[in-house]
Amino acid sequence: MTKPLSQKVLDIKPSGIRKFFDIVSEMKDAISLGVGEPDFDTPWHIRDEGIYALEKGRTFYTSNAGLKELREEIAKKVQKVQGVEYDPMSEIIVTVGGSEAIDIGLRAMVNPGDEVIIPTPSYVSYEPCAVLAGAKPVIINLKGENEFRLKPEELQNAITPKTKALILPYPNNPTGAIMEKGDLEKIAKIIIDNDLYVLSDEIYSALTYKEKHVSIVSLDGMRERTLLIDGFSKAYAMTGWRLGYACAPKELIKQMVKIHQFAIMCAPTTSQYAAVSALRNGDKDVEMMVRAYNHRRRFLMDSFKKMGLECFEPYGAFYVFPCIKEFGMTSEEFATRFLEEERVAAIPGNAFGDSGEGYLRISYAYSIDSLKIAMERLQRFIERLRKEKK
Amino acid sequence: MREELLAVIEKNSRIPLDELAVILGVSEDKVVTELVALEKEGVICGYHTLIDWEKTSQEKVNALIEVRVTPQRGQGFDKIAERIYNYPEVRSVYLISGGYDLLVTLEEKSLKEISMFVTDKLSTLDTVLSTATHFILKRYKDHGTILDKKRVDEREIITP
Repeated sequence: MTKPLSQKVLDIKPSGIRKFFDIVSEMKDAISLGVGEPDFDTPWHIRDEGIYALEKGRTFYTSNAGLKELREEIAKKVQKVQGVEYDPMSEIIVTVGGSEAIDIGLRAMVNPGDEVIIPTPSYVSYEPCAVLAGAKPVIINLKGENEFRLKPEELQNAITPKTKALILPYPNNPTGAIMEKGDLEKIAKIIIDNDLYVLSDEIYSALTYKEKHVSIVSLDGMRERTLLIDGFSKAYAMTGWRLGYACAPKELIKQMVKIHQFAIMCAPTTSQYAAVSALRNGDKDVEMMVRAYNHRRRFLMDSFKKMGLECFEPYGAFYVFPCIKEFGMTSEEFATRFLEEERVAAIPGNAFGDSGEGYLRISYAYSIDSLKIAMERLQRFIERLRKEKK
Repeated sequence: MREELLAVIEKNSRIPLDELAVILGVSEDKVVTELVALEKEGVICGYHTLIDWEKTSQEKVNALIEVRVTPQRGQGFDKIAERIYNYPEVRSVYLISGGYDLLVTLEEKSLKEISMFVTDKLSTLDTVLSTATHFILKRYKDHGTILDKKRVDEREIITP
């Protein structure tokens, strides 16, 4: 290849996780706390429905925006979870995971030079997707002392005349932070005053451990300016099925469907049929999984308390984000030594943005028994570090 | 918390009390009080162990027996059920809707012992009209647990 490749793409840094992945993959005996997907198998009735769809020969494209019956079920689900009504025919699109919705949502929203505000630490794809869409990412460094919630003054300070949209990633990966109604109301006011869009990534909406999830889209004046993203991966343990959805006013969905139609055609048909069963019959599965996550979450918080490791109590997703600043090393140094000396892989917080420096993402999508072993090793490790410091 | 506590110990009755308290987010005292109450009320009837006897050198034969009976005046099926469940080799007795009345499960050391139980003890009871015995050839899943299946974590080690 002699001609230069796309400069825009060349300029994008590979994900910070990738680097760590390469180190971990060489250690066969390591136990991992580094996975961002559920440990549960997809509930059987959902898999069964996928198998049935294949048996029946449902192997063709669906309509671009997704199966009608799936969109109707999504509309009911969103009404229940986010508390907002959407028209299944014109305001909902079924995508290849929440990730595709982020990509095509941003591409449909921004013009070159528009600024997109991205609070971090957060999922690794917002910034590159914004850049690929031609936008200028404006990063907000969220603070540990605010439990990584987005504060109104932080948002206000990031806004310029060029600001087009805010990405609102709650419940949050990697911090496990949530935004409660009171937090969202203050954000919504600023959004409306400045006439901005919001891309609300609520892929973890099913996984909260305090009160029921609240979506910004349910607040007055927000539905008309919000792109709501949710999906099946986390709630129903369906990561490999690659299925998500986006809901928004029809003007935006119409443009997103255009990109989706040319780039993707439609989301996988088997997955769409299986997802219908997830929405119709999956409530008790979700309930069982949420309960198990909550048990593990409490177990980890208790372990941290016992070893004196600072960590705010997270109420969402399946991550905890302990602070490791007391050890006087970077997240990467800490994670690498933890891996080499104790054979446990946890992701350095800065892989999710500079403001994650000094923190570690620990996933609890693992059985309590695995977590127990990992916590014993963590305790041993930090006791050694504390001794070294003295 | 009661229902959640039961759900946890139904899967793992050996969980230590302090861990139970932590994962349920309550104090250890509260867990103990609740467990004692549940035992007293007869909600918790025992703490058993699920054993795959196939993997031991012990010979065990299990059978399901469908039993049709004549209910007795004033006592319905309770009296006859009691006569059956008092035999120690009887593992369980259920009153069933449908084509027959009682489902009895049995565990013995041999086929012969099971057939002797059915012919000598069960069939000779006054109120028993007929029996049909099914021997269990293989146990795939019991008490919600799939036997003989080890879970392997096939996920990538690290994902965002």
